[in-house]
Amino acid sequence: MLAYRAGTPILVRQFLADVERVGAALGQRGHVLNVCSDRYRFTVGLAASLVRGLVSLLPSTRTPEVIAQLRRFAPDAFCLTDEAECDIELPRVRFPALPDAPPAAAPAVPRIDAGRRAAWVFTSGSTGAPVPHEKTFGRMLECMRVEATRLGLGDGRSYAVVATVPPQHMYGLEASVLLPLASGNALSAEHPFYPADICATLAAVPRPRILISTPIHLRALMASGLELPETDLIVSATAPLATQLADEVEQRCRTRLLEIYGSTETGSIAVRQPTATAEWWLWPRVTLESRGEETWAEGGHIEQPTRLYDVIEVTGSDRFLLHGRVADLVNIAGKRSSLGYLNHQLNSIPGVLDGAFFHGSAAADAGVTRLGACVVAPGLNAAAIAAELRRRIDPVFLPRPLLLVASLPRTSTGKLPQEALRALAAAQLKPPGAA
Amino acid sequence: MSENVSPLRQPAGSAGLAALTRELAGLIVEALNLEVAPADIGPDQPLYGEGLGLDSIDILEIALVVSKQYGVQLRADSEENGRIFGSLRQLAEYVNVHRTK
Repeated sequence: MLAYRAGTPILVRQFLADVERVGAALGQRGHVLNVCSDRYRFTVGLAASLVRGLVSLLPSTRTPEVIAQLRRFAPDAFCLTDEAECDIELPRVRFPALPDAPPAAAPAVPRIDAGRRAAWVFTSGSTGAPVPHEKTFGRMLECMRVEATRLGLGDGRSYAVVATVPPQHMYGLEASVLLPLASGNALSAEHPFYPADICATLAAVPRPRILISTPIHLRALMASGLELPETDLIVSATAPLATQLADEVEQRCRTRLLEIYGSTETGSIAVRQPTATAEWWLWPRVTLESRGEETWAEGGHIEQPTRLYDVIEVTGSDRFLLHGRVADLVNIAGKRSSLGYLNHQLNSIPGVLDGAFFHGSAAADAGVTRLGACVVAPGLNAAAIAAELRRRIDPVFLPRPLLLVASLPRTSTGKLPQEALRALAAAQLKPPGAA
Repeated sequence: MSENVSPLRQPAGSAGLAALTRELAGLIVEALNLEVAPADIGPDQPLYGEGLGLDSIDILEIALVVSKQYGVQLRADSEENGRIFGSLRQLAEYVNVHRTK
């Protein structure tokens, strides 16, 4: 069993035949932006690209600006899509129709060189250009073999893996696609979003089942009051999970919840059960090194020493604590950016004289805390600036509020404290006449 | 749960639908801390993208409000889903037909 779609099993030999068929549609070389929304089709596209020697591109967002940068990065890039409509400005290859019935005989299992470059994943740099990070096939698999062991999947049972995250980001690629492939478990083609869909998708696959999710989806699931079908393991990543929410999930779903820590550059590198311990358990062979204020990860599957944008306290040879993110970093709904990058984009808009994003103050029950921005742009209105930003940055980072101001509260040294921006915004948002 | 029961009874006629549309606009603005007044959200203005500027996190938030307030569990697997969040009016029409409270 390799996958399930709508509860129907897809066998390994069907997968192999599908990979051959899709490979023929992909050609022999180039870079693929695989945007298939069906997780099984995405996986077939990924495997066909690997077999054919094509390299997958995984940008953090698909705004027109980022697509233009991808075209410059890889002029032979094309888009593999399973949708009839696609507004991405790249040459397009439609995912071919596949036969429902499995082939009578299993095609040979292709062999893929462990050193093969499988993908480029991108993080947003601080100066406007996305930064590419190479992912080789063997190292990604190595990371997932460790993850399978750490999640307890090596118990001889065959798990069905359902995920609320798309396969096109590092966490979703790893946990919902590569993890089941590397550990002999089955993925689910669906990408459930609403709580009722998550429950239905889980119910459609046999136990033991795993739910790969995020704090946002788990919070929605709990708030919906729906009862989750019996689930043998829930995994969360992309943002820290409040202990209270972790408790509620484990109690109400009568299951174990594990959290994964990682980054786009390193992939997954640690796990913990938040209701049992605050400490993270690092992958074997991965090490953390303090360099002044910074923490760097290296070894194991990690391609090259990588700075982690979190404040980390190493507590043992394979244990550490997280103490929040470094100040410039922005992480909303699992999408990462930096204030430096976002400010650069804002200030690149014609007519913007000065502008700065700031972190909103977190409300007590906030699901997601958005960014705000103060902008000096005489002659532009907020809607025009928002429309320009929408072309350049992922929608989750769009400022809310976006305030037009006469000047930014810079200090005499030119610094722009976050607190001063928040105070300026609060003063401007105060209703007229309020004290 | 009785305190959450809406005064509207389902399915409402056109006057009730207009009231439900306004009620939803208020709930959305409140749940998402939007800077617009509920009355300024046009019933046919797109909620996603260029219109009101909502994204998928917002849509999940609205889905929660709608399930709590009206007992409607939204599903993405129906063909209707793209339409439901097309505009405030379409969301109101969907809730009007499917509400259980």
